[in-house]
Amino acid sequence: MAEDNEKKPGRISRMFLVLYDVWQFIGRFFKEAFLPPYEGKELMRQCYDIGYRSLLLISLTGFITGVVFTKQSRPSLAEFGATSWLPSLVGIALLRTLAPLLTALIAAGKVGSSIGAELGSMRVTEQIDAMEVSATNPFKFLVSTRVLAATITIPILTFYTAMVGMLGALLNVYTNEETSWQAFFSSSLESITFLDVIASTIKAVLFGFTIGMVGCYQGYNSSKGTEGVGKAANAAVVTGMFLVFVEEVITVQFFGLFRT
Amino acid sequence: MDVTDKTGVRERVVEIRDLHKSFGNYHVLQGVNLDLYRGENLVVLGKSGTGKSVLIKIIVGLLNADSGSVKVLGSEVDKIDYKSLLSLRLRVGFSFQNSALYDSMTVRQNLEFPLVRNRRNLTKGEVAAEVERVLDAVGLLQTLNQMPSELSGGQRKRIGIARTLILQPDIMLYDEPTAGLDPITCLEINGLINEVQERFHTSSIVITHDLTCAKAVGDRVAMLLDGTFQRQGTFEEVFNTDDERVKTFYDYNFIQ
Repeated sequence: MAEDNEKKPGRISRMFLVLYDVWQFIGRFFKEAFLPPYEGKELMRQCYDIGYRSLLLISLTGFITGVVFTKQSRPSLAEFGATSWLPSLVGIALLRTLAPLLTALIAAGKVGSSIGAELGSMRVTEQIDAMEVSATNPFKFLVSTRVLAATITIPILTFYTAMVGMLGALLNVYTNEETSWQAFFSSSLESITFLDVIASTIKAVLFGFTIGMVGCYQGYNSSKGTEGVGKAANAAVVTGMFLVFVEEVITVQFFGLFRT
Repeated sequence: MDVTDKTGVRERVVEIRDLHKSFGNYHVLQGVNLDLYRGENLVVLGKSGTGKSVLIKIIVGLLNADSGSVKVLGSEVDKIDYKSLLSLRLRVGFSFQNSALYDSMTVRQNLEFPLVRNRRNLTKGEVAAEVERVLDAVGLLQTLNQMPSELSGGQRKRIGIARTLILQPDIMLYDEPTAGLDPITCLEINGLINEVQERFHTSSIVITHDLTCAKAVGDRVAMLLDGTFQRQGTFEEVFNTDDERVKTFYDYNFIQ
């Protein structure tokens, strides 16, 4: 029984309690996701939802980024008479940073908030409890599938963004200079190394896992009431974006060690 | 409906002893003792916030008690592992106050969901037949392909009950089955609870503060007052008292 003079934990204690809770949540994901029974059908549905339904937005932003980045970079390179380096510059910039970061930020906004709101709403309306009492493991069905789907689809979307961005860059180059598309692509692909591809893939996997995990954690543990749903969706976006930037800084430093 | 064993002793399917539960400084349950016998409908009455819903959530393992013991079909709920708890939950149906239907699924998918996950050997045809059987039992076969948002409150309650019945539970737990419904629909739900008891041979705990419902479905009534069951018996036995708290509860319900 709780005592009347029971003390509430302080701010620092609460922070460590949350960190411990997050740690347990991640641990449970690895335990549930890779042990049978598997929720293959739900995983495919989530991949479709996260991947296919983000294509339009990703295409538009990726293309615009390619066009704008090339346009903004041109004057600086033109000063040194180095506009022929544009394809290489755009290729490296897109693959190493712009595509992973852009895709992750869009996914944090679109996918993270959607997962947070959906699971939060299911928590508030007792749908998660209903799964529990019907002898279904809701963590496996709701959390494992969404986190896995985000981890799988966001790297695919990242390479798609890079490709669409290159098309945007090509459009800009094509309208300003007499460069063939073959020359453009061959120049940009020559400058991309195997390490760039590996680094981008690892980064995108990390971003996808983080966005899925943050959205699920916030939604699954949302407090009761409609306010809780809003808070879960908001926290999923804010925390997801913040962690993506932190991971970007760390991964850039880490892979920088291999480039020297 | 009473079921007795060979020695004439009624079989207990739920046994609760000295159960305590608090939320911070709010002591909700303060030493609850309760038995549910096989085949009976037990109504738990009490004002809002007295811990009725907390009690059945502890029975099904959605909440943990602070102390005391809860034995369901011979298993101590807080002492068994998660896998055993899931197996136990197959035998205990829980009908939620707001129905808790999965709003991204049709009625058919809502009913299939627990079945395909827990009876993996069933063919598609058997699953479809089982879904139609329970939907027919609650009288809503025509809603098969509708979304929960297209259903009325009463229909949602019935579908919620059908979803629990599909696993053929031994025990049914109803959380406020008539809350928020019009009087006619309330009568229909009361009739359905009795029909479920007769047709599916379930033992039930019905949580409510609706005395019409309690009188219509309860073989036995237990009234939760100040965190304990101070009055248990038939409807008449419980309300034949000078206790002001009970009289106020009775008068308010029937005057209303």
